[in-house]
Amino acid sequence: MSPTVPRSQARLLAALGLVLASGSALADFTWNFPKPVTPIGRDTLSMHNQFMVIITVLFVVVFSIMVYSMINHRKSVGAEPARFSGPRGALQWFWVLVPFAILLFIDFVLMGIPAFHAVIDMEDTRTKADMVLKVTGMQWKWQYEYPDSGIKYISTLATPRDQIDGKETKGEHYLLEVDNPVVLPVGKKVRILLTSTDVIHTWWVPQFGVKRDAIPGFLRETWVRIEEPGIYRGQCAELCGKDHGFMPVVVKAVPEAEYVAWVDKKKTELAAAAASGDRTWTRDELMAHGKETYDKICAACHQPTGQGLPPAFPALAGSKIVNGPLLSPDGKMIPDSHVDRVMNGKTGTAMQTFKTTLSDADIASVITYERNSFGNTKGDMIQPAQIKALR
Amino acid sequence: MNTASHALDHHDSHHPTGLLRWLTTTNHKDIGTMYLTFSLLMFFVGGAMILGVRAELFQPGLQLMKPEFFNQLIGVHALVMIFAALMPAATGFANWMIPLMIGAPDMALPRLNNWGFWLLPPAAMLLTMPFFLTLFGIGDGAVATGWTLYAPLSVQGGIGVDFAIFSIHILGISSIMGSINIIATILNMRAPGMTLMKMPLFCWGWLVTAVLLIITLPVLAGGVTMLLTDRHFGTHFFNAAGGGDPILFQHLFWFFGHPEVYILLLPVWGLMPHVLSTFTRKPVYGHDAQVWSFIAIGVLGLIVWAHHFLTSGLPIPALLYFMYSTMSISLPLAVLFFCWIATMWRGAMSFETPMLFALGFIVLFGIAGLTGLVLADVAADAQYHHSYFVVAHFHYALFAGGIMGVMTGVYYWLPKWTGHMYSEKLGKLHFWLTVISFNFTFMPQFFLGLAGMPRRIPDYALQFAEFNAISTVGAFALGLSQLIFAYNVWRCVKGGDKATDRVWEGTAGLEWELSSPPPHHSWETQPVIKAG
Repeated sequence: MSPTVPRSQARLLAALGLVLASGSALADFTWNFPKPVTPIGRDTLSMHNQFMVIITVLFVVVFSIMVYSMINHRKSVGAEPARFSGPRGALQWFWVLVPFAILLFIDFVLMGIPAFHAVIDMEDTRTKADMVLKVTGMQWKWQYEYPDSGIKYISTLATPRDQIDGKETKGEHYLLEVDNPVVLPVGKKVRILLTSTDVIHTWWVPQFGVKRDAIPGFLRETWVRIEEPGIYRGQCAELCGKDHGFMPVVVKAVPEAEYVAWVDKKKTELAAAAASGDRTWTRDELMAHGKETYDKICAACHQPTGQGLPPAFPALAGSKIVNGPLLSPDGKMIPDSHVDRVMNGKTGTAMQTFKTTLSDADIASVITYERNSFGNTKGDMIQPAQIKALR
Repeated sequence: MNTASHALDHHDSHHPTGLLRWLTTTNHKDIGTMYLTFSLLMFFVGGAMILGVRAELFQPGLQLMKPEFFNQLIGVHALVMIFAALMPAATGFANWMIPLMIGAPDMALPRLNNWGFWLLPPAAMLLTMPFFLTLFGIGDGAVATGWTLYAPLSVQGGIGVDFAIFSIHILGISSIMGSINIIATILNMRAPGMTLMKMPLFCWGWLVTAVLLIITLPVLAGGVTMLLTDRHFGTHFFNAAGGGDPILFQHLFWFFGHPEVYILLLPVWGLMPHVLSTFTRKPVYGHDAQVWSFIAIGVLGLIVWAHHFLTSGLPIPALLYFMYSTMSISLPLAVLFFCWIATMWRGAMSFETPMLFALGFIVLFGIAGLTGLVLADVAADAQYHHSYFVVAHFHYALFAGGIMGVMTGVYYWLPKWTGHMYSEKLGKLHFWLTVISFNFTFMPQFFLGLAGMPRRIPDYALQFAEFNAISTVGAFALGLSQLIFAYNVWRCVKGGDKATDRVWEGTAGLEWELSSPPPHHSWETQPVIKAG
């Protein structure tokens, strides 16, 4: 396909941008892929456009013949039915076989060859990769990890509940906005490793032309090289339970220098958070941070009120486990206790192993919060340092 | 045949009447009628579910239901439409028409036939019961994993999954019984002189379907049984922590699931040449070529399953194999299109309702086939997969291909079955409303998919709002139009102009030589097919 296609798309997008900027809350109709920003995305779009032309031509040619026949071979215009029921003679056989030769050519040459090269390119995740990003899907959020710099954090939906329930006007990026986007440098080949902690999720950013499953217990991989700075939005594409529609992917692509600065800043933040786990927290600090963590991580299932959605998602209010003993007298973990559940999850349910994704401070504060909210009045608390010792 | 059973055969008037007639019947026509009635009923049940879904998707935001319930509706809609509406309709056709077409008095195994049908209502009840149980505080509703039941989501799910597994087992047993019966009937009871290659194409379509069902259903049954043991008996077939693999389930499921598409479509492809030949008043073009295409599609259908999960991280050789093998299905499918159009060419066409539906089928199913061809491309599939593009594609295949194909058959054979003509005016109205509202429903979904809307989401970003609104309006129009169909069928069963034995001007085949409606024991004297 000629380069005019992306350019005309750019114009379309620019026009769309104007419409949006003029204050219209709703986008216009779009008829094709969003503008691609990676080599794979461009490849996919040009292939898609080419295939659409091919199948449109096939459709028009084949059904023109049919429509011609419907107009001219009608009983009402006095057509007399012929009696043939198969090709007779060399010439007819020739005309019968020509369409199949054309189709063979379309399948395995016209479509097959570009498709072959695109597949090889798409799967070439390892050659000259500049960095690695590890993506972990979990019900219903994404965790991003940068193994090179030790950065690891969770990214969840940022759209307020009231917008979903129609109590507030929906924002421009309704359902496609997160608290912590992935930040990636422009122009670098990023090898993306994917896995999951619970069920199968699929990481999809349409403008990258990349969609790959995140499978629990296995690593899958793909790659991107983002060519333009910007914010790119996508969603989980594999039904993963209740909030499948509410786990967006947001990627912020920035120039290299900005990326380096972001890494430094993030490292400092995470170091501060880790250090905070070593000191002794006050009850109010634990409760405040606990509520914040609960609303972000736990409330989707157990509900902001702690009432849960039984039987799949049990209530925490009045729960035997939450109101059970905290630790054994010698400070060890009690099997199937509140601390055990939060840290190690429950097999075969949506309750995950949070010790791999949450910090000591997060876990300690959320446990303290749950034991002293929703009508639960245990009055006790647990320190981040104690969680650290239990790991 | 000995004298005693011969005497019994003629006690037509002695069979039970009322409810007992239907419960105990072993007559292929009665059982066919029950299959078709059940199918029509479940078509409306499945349709009502999806109208709930479309209503929720009319606007962004959650208005009518919680995401949990939304997920139940989409999955049960698919299971009901596939297993309880489309498959029973095709089996109903087979029961009614195969004995008539091949000159047999009944199906080969009439008691098995009765049992096969009566397994369906309990299976449908099992599938939908969790919706009602949850109202009484039992369980958390029906299966919410989509019809594909992917592990580990289905391992995690509530009792709805167990109900769905047992329902699938029963439906599978029923289908296998039906298939055994059809194969036994076709292979043993054809009239003298009707060699396999002279057999009508509808019977051929069903023969291949029955073989596919017997090959693939046990694999699905095995897969869901493994799921059951993973859920309750501590096995780890699909759990990586125990040495299993979630993708194994997808292989097992789609080894059944892809041939299932052809299981739903082959009976319709078999029916099309009959309708086209009738209303063009011209012999079927390329009978033998179509037979070989059916067989080729059946064989290819068994070896392309992984194109349903190309984004799951298959190795490159597997990706290339599944891409090219999938593309090659376009060749036998093109033979069918070629033969359909060549049958029309230089005929003397008239456009009664069955012909309209057949033509609508060919054009819209053509869109399904062509978009299927581009979906095979692994790189582009990464963009289409699990988006609304796929939803649109398979509804062009299974609504325009499957359901409209079934409607073609119903209008075509209804006068033969009932002895009355249906209302041509209502039939045509039904056709035009269906075709227009169908395209309003599903054409926008292609664009939604390209723009990046994933399937199975209860709420969506604002840029998808316009197309979703159009699609919802189309879906309600489509659903309501089907009431015309139900009314037209009802009217035709109750009465109407008498149909002749041949019904249509251009009919050919044994089935049109019997009276309309046919006698109780269809062919009491076996007809003989002359050579040539």
